Amino acid sequence: MLGKLSLSSIPFHDHIVMGAVYGSLLAGLGVVVLITYFKKWPYLWKEWLTTVDHKKIGIMYIILAMVMLLRGFSDAIMMRAQQAMALGSNPGFLPPDHFNQVFSAHGTIMILFMAMPFLSGLMNIVVPQQIGARDVAFPFLNAVSLWLSTAGAMLVMVSLGVGEFSRAGWSGYTPLSGLAYSPDTGVDYWIWSLQISGAGTLLTGINFLATILKMRAPGMTLMRMPLFTWTAVFTNVLIIFAFPMLTVALALLTLDRYCGMHFFTNDMGGNTMMYINLFWTWGHPEVYIVILPAFGIFSEVVATFSRKKLFGYDSLVYATAAIMFLSFAVWVHHFFTMGTSASVNVFFGISTMLIAIPTGVKVFNWLFTMYRGRVRITTPLLWTLGFLSTFVIGGLTGVLLSMPPADYVLHNSMFLIAHFHNMLVPGVLFGFMAGYAYWFPKAFGFRLNETWGKLSFWFWLSGFYLAFIPLYILGFMGMPRRMQHYDNPAWQPYLIVAAIGTLLILLGIGCMVMQLLVSIRDRRANRDLTGDAWDGRTLEWLTASPPAVYNFAVIPVVEGLDAFWDMKQKGTAYLKPDRYEDIEMPRNNPYGLAVGVICFVFGFAMIWHIWWMAGVSFLGLIATVIARACDDNTHEIIPAAEVERIEGLRSQGMA
Amino acid sequence: MFSGLFATYVVMAHNYAGGPTGKELFNLTDALMETMLLLFSSVAFGLGMVGMHKGNKRMLLAGLAAALLLGLGFVTMEALEFSHMISQGAGPQRSGFLSAFFTLVGTHGLHVSFGILWMVVMMGQIATKGLTGPVQARLVRLGMFWHFLDIVWICLFSIVYLMGVL
Repeated sequence: MLGKLSLSSIPFHDHIVMGAVYGSLLAGLGVVVLITYFKKWPYLWKEWLTTVDHKKIGIMYIILAMVMLLRGFSDAIMMRAQQAMALGSNPGFLPPDHFNQVFSAHGTIMILFMAMPFLSGLMNIVVPQQIGARDVAFPFLNAVSLWLSTAGAMLVMVSLGVGEFSRAGWSGYTPLSGLAYSPDTGVDYWIWSLQISGAGTLLTGINFLATILKMRAPGMTLMRMPLFTWTAVFTNVLIIFAFPMLTVALALLTLDRYCGMHFFTNDMGGNTMMYINLFWTWGHPEVYIVILPAFGIFSEVVATFSRKKLFGYDSLVYATAAIMFLSFAVWVHHFFTMGTSASVNVFFGISTMLIAIPTGVKVFNWLFTMYRGRVRITTPLLWTLGFLSTFVIGGLTGVLLSMPPADYVLHNSMFLIAHFHNMLVPGVLFGFMAGYAYWFPKAFGFRLNETWGKLSFWFWLSGFYLAFIPLYILGFMGMPRRMQHYDNPAWQPYLIVAAIGTLLILLGIGCMVMQLLVSIRDRRANRDLTGDAWDGRTLEWLTASPPAVYNFAVIPVVEGLDAFWDMKQKGTAYLKPDRYEDIEMPRNNPYGLAVGVICFVFGFAMIWHIWWMAGVSFLGLIATVIARACDDNTHEIIPAAEVERIEGLRSQGMA
Repeated sequence: MFSGLFATYVVMAHNYAGGPTGKELFNLTDALMETMLLLFSSVAFGLGMVGMHKGNKRMLLAGLAAALLLGLGFVTMEALEFSHMISQGAGPQRSGFLSAFFTLVGTHGLHVSFGILWMVVMMGQIATKGLTGPVQARLVRLGMFWHFLDIVWICLFSIVYLMGVL
């Protein structure tokens, strides 16, 4: 009846896990109680759960990312604490079985359930406004994407309390992740959470590429698009080409595990390296999927806070395009030690080194943009400066690793861990933090507190250096990654320093929480009535903050790069039109949420082999899709008078 | 997605693990029959779409019905081929090669099956709603999907069947 599921699947004996389970349940219950107490359910349902508005979807994505950041970070702090303790006779506090789950969950969550939703969220809020559009190309699909990502994230959370998560690392290498070596449901949780959220990401990619290519305001040629929009184009192309490879790798692993096939098994003609190749043909582009939009954010932030046009806009666009193409030709550098011929390794080594060139171009672009600019040191700019200085170190160690002989020595060592955190933390996370601080006033209509924001930045930056520079040294000392326990006393001092670094990052996260609370408390004082909180340059600052549901009452006409700056110079930014027209907008509907819920149930049923439930939910999914496909009544009209009223309120506020 | 499945198939095409090979299993005549069924189904769909552009609802429905039946024939033949292979002991669990074969061909078959379901839905919509704008737009999308499956099948026929036998 319930497949492999039974009461013994819940780890009552493990106090650490159960603590986390009770904590999560209490937090969830608290939210439910608060919503009920304030009678906010109808509001939540009408305004958020069923919405197809890209700005609200974006905000929900970022809330998801923030929650998962807390979860992923608590995994990180547990690993650092364990490794700081577990020398010689001290076993530490995490048994090997649990430690392996922790590092697998940390990687999976940070890449797929923190970075990806954060990126989707920022794209959602910003891209349509930057190109002067009223919505995305497929608003309903956008809601489906959000709820699929959420369903995947919820499966990871459920694995905490019901059964176990994967112990095979975030990359799930075969044959370790195959049935022979991972017989329990951990790997299945990993597979289905990635498969479901991956489908959502693919839909996002298609949606935003179509939006940017087809829905730009008149006059906005490709080479007049803001840089964040450009990086969104490249990221979405990468998503469209790369994510199906993940789907295939996971689907084949699923067939091995569920149907006894032999794709990646050691016997019967399976080929384990095929999995690793498939995984990294997705995995490497994935790195650029998360990092390119961050580059776009840095470009916007640097230009705005230097009060200058971006230095070398064209070269930035072409450099990003070059990175996009190269990113498909480097995947073997993740496993030079596979033992292919020297010439294959040389090819991939050189293509890896080549990526440093366009990236270097970008660094100089940002530096020269600031040169002789009127630089305002705000929180978003601080994150950018922190990124520039730190990222270059990671780039240098990356070039070092790109040489196959050096990689043979450093493969799977702590040096590698230090390297990719050195790319992803400043490159992606700092970028998204900059974007969060930069566009927060756009999304909510008030600024974030600067003092707490700057404090958070300094804790993050110093914590980052303390946490990861020692790992480089540990790599040179020969420490492998993913060690639950070790016997070399020379390593311990460095691991203790790294643990202290993690504590500083914890303070940084604490400051972020404080920043949010303080800013909400002081929201009236920090209110932005103009819609242009930073004296911005691009079109998203033309709309109100928060924007009206239709973004632009009149679609703007673009006459050059930095369209909004251009309008402000010419004094045409806030001209009142002679008359307003009716606006057609997509109607809210609950199908997107329904798809997410059904996919969650389907995933859970598949993980626990509850076949009847999987069958029912699959049929339900098809029925939902067909029901939606037969719905012709998907849009509604906002009458011109209503538009005039909303715009009138805005002009009053600005005056 | 299909590119990933094709790549996997090509890598594993000779991992027989002592089991049967493509040369022993594949029947080119049957595969050619399946090809013809699928291609003529596409032709029928195209004729139906000509009907739609003329505003001829009966021609459209007839075209769709023919496309649907030919597609159904294709799926049936494929199912028979699969069950025949499994009964010979050449199921997907037998070897890496057969895992890759069943998955690649089966994924295409699954797509065709969903296309058939989609056709049923669209025929229902045409019958109840008539040739409204949204219905026509949906038919164009279904058409692109249906023709895309032909292209995949041509690659399948060449790489799996022809290269397996020759």
